[in-house]
Amino acid sequence: MLPIIFVLPLLQLVILSNAATFEVQHIKFGFIDNDHSVSSRALIEKFQASTYFDVFTNFPSNSQASKAMLKGEIDVVLDIPQFFERDLQKEKQNHVGVTINAIDGAAAGVENVYITQIIQNYNQHLKVDLQQISDQKTQAIRIETIPLFWYNETLNYKTFMVPGILVLLVSMITLFLSGMNIVREKEIGTLEQINVTPIKKSQFIIGKLFPFWVIGMGLLTVGLLLAKVIFDVPMLGSLVLMYAYTSIYILVILGIGLFISNFTDTQQQAMFIAWFFVVIFILMSGLFTPIESMPPWAQLVTEFNPIKYYVEVMRMVMLKGSGFLDILPLLIKTLLYAIVMNGLAVWSYKKTT
Amino acid sequence: MGITVRNISKTYKNVKALQDISFAVKPAEIFGLIGPDGAGKTTLFRILTTLLFADEGKATVAGYDVVTAYKDIRKSVGYMPGKFSLYHDLTVEENLNFFATIFGTTIEENYELIEDIYVQIAPFKNRRAGKLSGGMKQKLALCCALIHKPKVLFLDEPTTGVDPVSRKEFWEMLKRLQEKEITILVSTPYMDEAALCDRIALIQAGKILQIDTPEAIVRHYPKQIYNVGASNMYALINSLKAYEHKHSVYPFGEFVHYTDRRSNFNPEDLRRYLESQDLRQLAIEATAATIEDTFMELAK
Repeated sequence: MLPIIFVLPLLQLVILSNAATFEVQHIKFGFIDNDHSVSSRALIEKFQASTYFDVFTNFPSNSQASKAMLKGEIDVVLDIPQFFERDLQKEKQNHVGVTINAIDGAAAGVENVYITQIIQNYNQHLKVDLQQISDQKTQAIRIETIPLFWYNETLNYKTFMVPGILVLLVSMITLFLSGMNIVREKEIGTLEQINVTPIKKSQFIIGKLFPFWVIGMGLLTVGLLLAKVIFDVPMLGSLVLMYAYTSIYILVILGIGLFISNFTDTQQQAMFIAWFFVVIFILMSGLFTPIESMPPWAQLVTEFNPIKYYVEVMRMVMLKGSGFLDILPLLIKTLLYAIVMNGLAVWSYKKTT
Repeated sequence: MGITVRNISKTYKNVKALQDISFAVKPAEIFGLIGPDGAGKTTLFRILTTLLFADEGKATVAGYDVVTAYKDIRKSVGYMPGKFSLYHDLTVEENLNFFATIFGTTIEENYELIEDIYVQIAPFKNRRAGKLSGGMKQKLALCCALIHKPKVLFLDEPTTGVDPVSRKEFWEMLKRLQEKEITILVSTPYMDEAALCDRIALIQAGKILQIDTPEAIVRHYPKQIYNVGASNMYALINSLKAYEHKHSVYPFGEFVHYTDRRSNFNPEDLRRYLESQDLRQLAIEATAATIEDTFMELAK
């Protein structure tokens, strides 16, 4: 059992951190060049130079491009109109058609940004070229925006995914194990034997939950090691703070697990309920979708999501180097949560039925 | 200091599990609860071991009230549930150590009490409890229930699913425990084990039918029982059930136990009747009543 508890989550960490990426790569690109001019070829070359676009197919007509997109052979079609170069020089502006396969909305959004960037870039160079040719009098004022991404300068998605996925693993394993543990005793019948003994409620519960607390801390340790060794995630904040927060956070999860096991009779039921909560907690944790973009009622619900706090704290401490005072509000909320959850769990656990 | 049960009733939703049960068990007595599955035996055990509250009535175990002094009861009773409920993934020795520890004692302290039983499972002490045979599991469970030297021992169907040799050994162990001043309340669906108890209560559908020593219960049986045998068992039972003077007809081993309604019953009348029904190799002889007969009669 112990190898399963440790090996599987860590495999998940390695696989998910590499796979759960928001970058869109290998975009299958098709184009319809109705102009066949120097300018149109220059534009297509810009796309070819980008590392995000693959598979360049030249379609003779719009309908063939549509068919190819229907079959899924291409994701993006760039339609360059006839007399592209001529109109550009004459009227100083022109339009190109861009069709994006938006079955995956998130990917389509990202692709749109890439394409816009490339075309803008092309535009700017074009302006300079055109101006040099025509007249030197009006010098264009070029305003360039240079984005600066703080705490994650290269926008490396692994840097923010690894702490989040680590959080998920610690939470899921401890919740499932603790949720099913006491139910298992009910199922086997050992709970009945234990209940007849003079052992105290608190002794029994601490005895049952402490091992999972240790396992949770162990998972965190191994996960952090992997994050450093494999992904080289920056760890700016103090490790002590991370461990201190985690030690309280796991109490919340264990309380939920115990609470679930008090209200179920079989491991199957416990598993089902634990899954229900885990899925909601994960999807509303801000790990995959930003909480700010959720509707107000959903944002309110996330206030009761312990995973949200943990994701936030881990990212803050690891990437931003936040100190004790920065995470204090989150710490207090988590502590309150732990007290309430464990209080409820202990109260609802009865030795007599 | 044994067990007293006064007017205990318990209802689960629509099922009356126990109805107005009263009895007393004397110290160092082996008291048997005899009844079929679903009679309410386990419910009664759960009430007496403080796992369940009765709806009505009072009960004391070892002098302690089951509701107000449940903590004292938990310290001074041993309970062996019907289902094997020790940790399957702990070894024999670990299980024993574990239970000794939660009762705040050690194996060595009360070793003399479990010695007779423990020596039989000692060769397997490093084996996991889940891998033991049925009889071994029962012995281990008994050891664990005895490790804290309880005053009262509750055994809920301890021999169900155990082979006949182990069953016999098990009852011999109970007799030895009785000599050590331990009160034993044991339930069983086996009528032959009832005869080994000091006193028994016949229980069915939540009601006690009779309480007495096994001998007295048998002696009170009102009628003379006849063993009836024939070559065709099925036809024999059907014919007997169709007989106008029959009182009761139960298959019992290779014979049928038959009682007649008339006081001046002559077995020859029955023989003539059965012969007229084309039954061969007839055997009719008087026999002594057993607890099973009494139970069937009372449960009618």
